Amino acid sequence: MSQIKPPSSAKARDAVSIDSPAEGGGAASRLSSIKINDLSKVRETRWRPGLADQPRHTEIFASANDASGAGLALALASDALRMCFINKPPLNETEDRRQILWIQDKRAVQRGGRPYIHGLPAELRDRLIYAEAGTPEDALFALEEGLKCRDLACVIGEIAGNPRALDFTASRRLSLTAEKHGVALWLVRLEAEADLSSARMRWRVKSAPSSAPLWNQEAPGAPQWRAELFRARSHVPGQWTLSNDNQRLSICQHPRPANTDTAGPPDIGHLVRPTVGRSLAAVARA
Amino acid sequence: MAIWCARLSVDRWQQSLGPDADGDAREGANAAADAAPTVLINETAYGPRVEAANDAGLEAGARAGMMLADMRTLCPQIQTAPADPAGDLAFLEKLALWAQRWGPWSALDPPDGLLVDITAAAHLFGGEASLLRDVEAAFARRRLRVRSAIAPTAGAAWALAHFGPPHAILGPRDDAMRALGGLPVAALRLDPDVLTVLRRLGLKRLSDIANVAGNADGQSKVAARDALHRRFRNRRSPSANPLIRLDQLLGQVPEPLLPIIAQRIPMVQRRLMEPIRHRSLLDQVLADLTEDMARELEGKGQGARRLELGLWRVDGEVVVRRLELAAATRDPQHMTGLFTEKLDHIEAGFGIEIIRLRSSWTEPLSMAQRDVEQAAERHGTSLAACVDRLSVRLGPQAVRRPVTRASHLPERAQNWRAPLAPDNASQTPGGLIERPLKILDNPERISVLYASPDGHPQRFRWRGNVHEVARVEGPERIAPEWWRARSTVRLRDYYRIEDKQGRRYWIYRHGLSGDGRGGMPDWFLQGLSA
Repeated sequence: MSQIKPPSSAKARDAVSIDSPAEGGGAASRLSSIKINDLSKVRETRWRPGLADQPRHTEIFASANDASGAGLALALASDALRMCFINKPPLNETEDRRQILWIQDKRAVQRGGRPYIHGLPAELRDRLIYAEAGTPEDALFALEEGLKCRDLACVIGEIAGNPRALDFTASRRLSLTAEKHGVALWLVRLEAEADLSSARMRWRVKSAPSSAPLWNQEAPGAPQWRAELFRARSHVPGQWTLSNDNQRLSICQHPRPANTDTAGPPDIGHLVRPTVGRSLAAVARA
Repeated sequence: MAIWCARLSVDRWQQSLGPDADGDAREGANAAADAAPTVLINETAYGPRVEAANDAGLEAGARAGMMLADMRTLCPQIQTAPADPAGDLAFLEKLALWAQRWGPWSALDPPDGLLVDITAAAHLFGGEASLLRDVEAAFARRRLRVRSAIAPTAGAAWALAHFGPPHAILGPRDDAMRALGGLPVAALRLDPDVLTVLRRLGLKRLSDIANVAGNADGQSKVAARDALHRRFRNRRSPSANPLIRLDQLLGQVPEPLLPIIAQRIPMVQRRLMEPIRHRSLLDQVLADLTEDMARELEGKGQGARRLELGLWRVDGEVVVRRLELAAATRDPQHMTGLFTEKLDHIEAGFGIEIIRLRSSWTEPLSMAQRDVEQAAERHGTSLAACVDRLSVRLGPQAVRRPVTRASHLPERAQNWRAPLAPDNASQTPGGLIERPLKILDNPERISVLYASPDGHPQRFRWRGNVHEVARVEGPERIAPEWWRARSTVRLRDYYRIEDKQGRRYWIYRHGLSGDGRGGMPDWFLQGLSA
């Protein structure tokens, strides 16, 4: 699950080489060399699911014609929630029951539809508060109000296009509020250009052919996405095929190529339910 | 009034005996002092006047209102004690609060009485008679001699307590006039001059007035009452008009009473483990205290107009600083700043061990928006506050929570509720059926190339893009809810599909080709899977 894969695309490598001198040069006047070393060491770590230190403000660029953006946002959010829940001291509640706020603006609702309770992950099904904002300005207000509320587990936003209100100042406001109150924001940008933003991580996501389901090879399986991390503070940019099997985000090592038919005997998989309730062991293994 | 069922009032008659017993207790409560004839005197413009006297004093001939000089001629060995009307009134207020043990609210009956509303409370004490016994016992324990009575109206109860038989109870169905008719007109709570007028008119008992008001037949009854009405026509105050008092006593005219309500003075204090001797520490404690006071006041929805800061020193000295504010406030910084200037010349001595802040005068002060904003900036908001803000800005219908509903129709299976409404235990379908992550408000029509007449499509066009179907699962047939929908509504065959690019959708065919409910079935796209 946590194996490191070399950067697959030339574009990503270019992004590193262009990105790092610019930042190093800007910071050199203020940071000592040791700090720069530490920083670069941190930056060297590649992103993978299940990192303990998740950013508070993430943008995901996706098409409005599929639900890949919302799907990846939910997967990343539940991954982050799970990790921060595992890493918390043992004297907390046995179950995270905090609500999740999902905010859409009107165009996002028209283009991409509303969340559907029967399609949500089971652990989020009764924890969702949904808000529909008429304009992008209202949506930004709602996002900020949600980030100020520390009773929320996280905030998921969906804003279509590049509205004038969502400029660098607005995104910086969101970042600062999220970091001040410790509530994470996953902002899905539908059909948007990646303009200036202060988001700590920026993803671009497309749907990928899903994994083969257990029984019916002809049926769509667990969702997979082709996700490109093109901007991140503490990670090298890269590209992955992420899958969300059993509501667990993981990097798919052998993405199923498009346009090919599966051959050979079907993988029956687990005939017995996997053992649950061994979270500590799972943590140790991870 | 009868429906109102106002069976009320336990009166306490403490006239002259309460203060006297009190005074005795103060002097030592020994029998010798009580045995001596004693009068309580009040200084008036004409010299000391007797306010009240104890048993021995009464026996010696003392009456309220006598001059002390006259009393001394009657009984040269008379003892005197100053009367304390203000103290009596304060005591009476406390007593009125204490008397709320028998009923939800009580009112003062100024010089020496109490009115307690025991509507629907008597059964808690085992009926009205045992309630009266309880009252007598409780006041006897406090060494107060009282007479109490229960009646449907405050006036009737007052009359019975003052002039009626002991432990009088007037039920709601009893004839009030028959029970009260024998009482003197003084039982009407009238002013002394009105009583004089009535005495001169020869009306001595309630029944006299009632008979004047309502004699024999209707004609003369109206005329007689009219005569009495004319006699007192320019007396508007109830205590000056016997007819109003009589109607109040009989419950024909409402008699508003002013209930007495306990007010707690907001007070915060710090007992310090180490006496403080330095100004910086005192400022710190003061800042903490004003924060506490602000919270206390906020809880009551009040703002402070007057503040008292008491500093108890180790050596027993108390330093008090008072502060009066122009407008009600509960801004801790403001209060701290004002007190800081008053603390400059305080002598700490060996140290200050208790610091107490009271707000002896408060006024209602509503929440201030600015403060809320600041608190939100600093500490974040609660979920309820967040939902409030969102629903104020976005509209009450915009902030909602999806809940499941028992229906097979996908768009009906999801219902919306208020965001913080409690869950209703709903049956959630098992994990066997896969549903899309998002559904469109209105299913969008797609144009489809058929693979087979009743099968799934191979290729379709949606929003201008052509999608090649790569994988498919279905059909899942969802029939219309015939108990709700019209008979022409068509069924739906749902397919979960994935196109060549991996985009996953939920599409359905609306109807069958030969179902007789329309022409060729259309295809719609309803859901978008993750």
